[in-house]
Amino acid sequence: MSEAGGAARRGQEFEDGLEKGDASVAAFESHEKTILDRLQHFLHGNPTMVPVIVLLLSIAVFGFVAGGNFFSAFNLSLVMQQVSIIGILAAAQSLVILTAGIDLSVGASMVLVSVIMGNLAVKMGLPAPLAIGVGFLCGMLAGTLNGFLVTRVKLPPFIVTLGTWNIFFALNLWLSGAQSIRSQDIDATAPLLKWFGESIRIGGAQFTYGSILMVLIFAVLWYVLNRTAWGRHVYAVGDDKEAAELSGIRTNRTLVQVYAVAGLVCAIGAWASIGRVGSVSPQSFQEANLQSITAVVIGGISLFGGRGSIVGPLVGALIVGVFNSGLRLAGVDVLWQVFAIGWLTIIAVALDQWIRKVSA
Amino acid sequence: MSTEPVLTARGLVKHYGRVVALNQADFDLYPGEILAVIGDNGAGKSTLIKAISGAIHPDEGEIRLDGKPVHFRSPLEAREAGIETVYQTLALSPALSIADNMFLGREMRKPGFMGRWFRSLDREAMERIAREKLSDLGLMTIQNIGQAVETLSGGQRQGVAVARAAAFGSKVIIMDEPTAALGVKESRRVLDLIQDVRSRGMPIVLISHNMPHVFEVADRIHVHRLGRRLCVIDPKDYTMSDAVAFMTGAKEPPAEALAA
Repeated sequence: MSEAGGAARRGQEFEDGLEKGDASVAAFESHEKTILDRLQHFLHGNPTMVPVIVLLLSIAVFGFVAGGNFFSAFNLSLVMQQVSIIGILAAAQSLVILTAGIDLSVGASMVLVSVIMGNLAVKMGLPAPLAIGVGFLCGMLAGTLNGFLVTRVKLPPFIVTLGTWNIFFALNLWLSGAQSIRSQDIDATAPLLKWFGESIRIGGAQFTYGSILMVLIFAVLWYVLNRTAWGRHVYAVGDDKEAAELSGIRTNRTLVQVYAVAGLVCAIGAWASIGRVGSVSPQSFQEANLQSITAVVIGGISLFGGRGSIVGPLVGALIVGVFNSGLRLAGVDVLWQVFAIGWLTIIAVALDQWIRKVSA
Repeated sequence: MSTEPVLTARGLVKHYGRVVALNQADFDLYPGEILAVIGDNGAGKSTLIKAISGAIHPDEGEIRLDGKPVHFRSPLEAREAGIETVYQTLALSPALSIADNMFLGREMRKPGFMGRWFRSLDREAMERIAREKLSDLGLMTIQNIGQAVETLSGGQRQGVAVARAAAFGSKVIIMDEPTAALGVKESRRVLDLIQDVRSRGMPIVLISHNMPHVFEVADRIHVHRLGRRLCVIDPKDYTMSDAVAFMTGAKEPPAEALAA
């Protein structure tokens, strides 16, 4: 062994010039920052603040425009009821989008599972808990199929889920014969299927079990994503799959698990949707997949993966609900509600792009 | 050398189709040294390093760690055996924090009920250890351990990657072109860092094209040519132009270096 260690600190000849130069190495640049820079940095560290500010602003504005009706506890709890199913699907969608994927099949797999639950419990007379359990299993299987095609067959998530969206929809029409299962029939044989439609009153507010379930699902996912190793792996895989692999994460396994969990969350949403709609309707929630993506994007989760908080899509879903409710109460035509949500989505993505450009 | 090598390879062969990337390559790394691996493009040094770090599986030959034969099927297995690699791409997750990155793939769970049943991460412990490891290497100009890696400069990122390897590598650290993407000042910082790690007794394999850097820090230089080890030279006995001449085949290496 040589004694190179100590003597080597002299450095190279060409480095002599450095002594006269600025000696600060690897220190933080503390140059003057504009207010805009600070805002960019703050939002980079707290990506959920944008949707939260938008939600509070829109509640304030619509409260002012639409008057007292909007602000009533009943109306605000009604907004939660209205967004509960899209919110649950947005939770599933967030998981997939965090891995830089997309799941176009969430709505179709939810409706398919609700048809399976209804068929088993109502038409075939199986005990309701068993029908629900089988439904959950089918949801997980549907998700695992997506995950398998994405990781093993190595197809882009967009194509895979575009395909399974159609496949699930066709299966749903086949199993249901395009016929709804009526509310009275569910009440007679398996009222448990409609359990999430029941509600509790707190003051003037009326919370359905479905809207409470939505908040619970987000709370559980928040814990899993932020407080467990698996959650960190989901972010790492979405951020840079290769780096995650080299860091020792089994990225394909994580991805399959993400799609399977998303499928399970959709299946839970299916149970809640029977309570929300009051019947099993194979033609319902046709645009739910796109609405869930809208909620996720407005909620500040980056479509490029690895960035954003799971709280965002909950807020995003509520923003959509508040816009729809506020504009309706203000007497605005439905088409302008759609118009507003469209702009909101575009602005949300533009903001995400800007925040990602943050520099030290 | 009287001591036993930490890591040896004998007769490694690797074919890619008709291309022979490794042709009976040998390799020796001794305790506490910095061994530089140099070679022309296509000489097979990346393949050699990949074989040692578990990224590829050689067709023939034997790798021994502490005298025991090892067969790595993935980088993860090599890592578990105590061989850490700092990749040229660094393999950091930009949006995650410094602490998250250092513990990526080997997170610590809380003791007791929360960790066992709810798999709760022990963030406090991970942040404390990450801070300790970084300040051990004099990297505490990075104040906020919860800061996203993408907000760090190139040299700081390299520092985090080296600190991660130094914190968890128990036997060997492999560094692939650690100064290639850095400026003069940041390169200096990383070279100092490499020597700090060596001074704790950790042997380092340094792959680099930068001759001044190699000659500054290396204790021995492994010259790779045409898929095999051509010679091992002591940087004190030879000049950079000698090394380049051996590497490119312009000059025959001396007999005693061949025996090393």
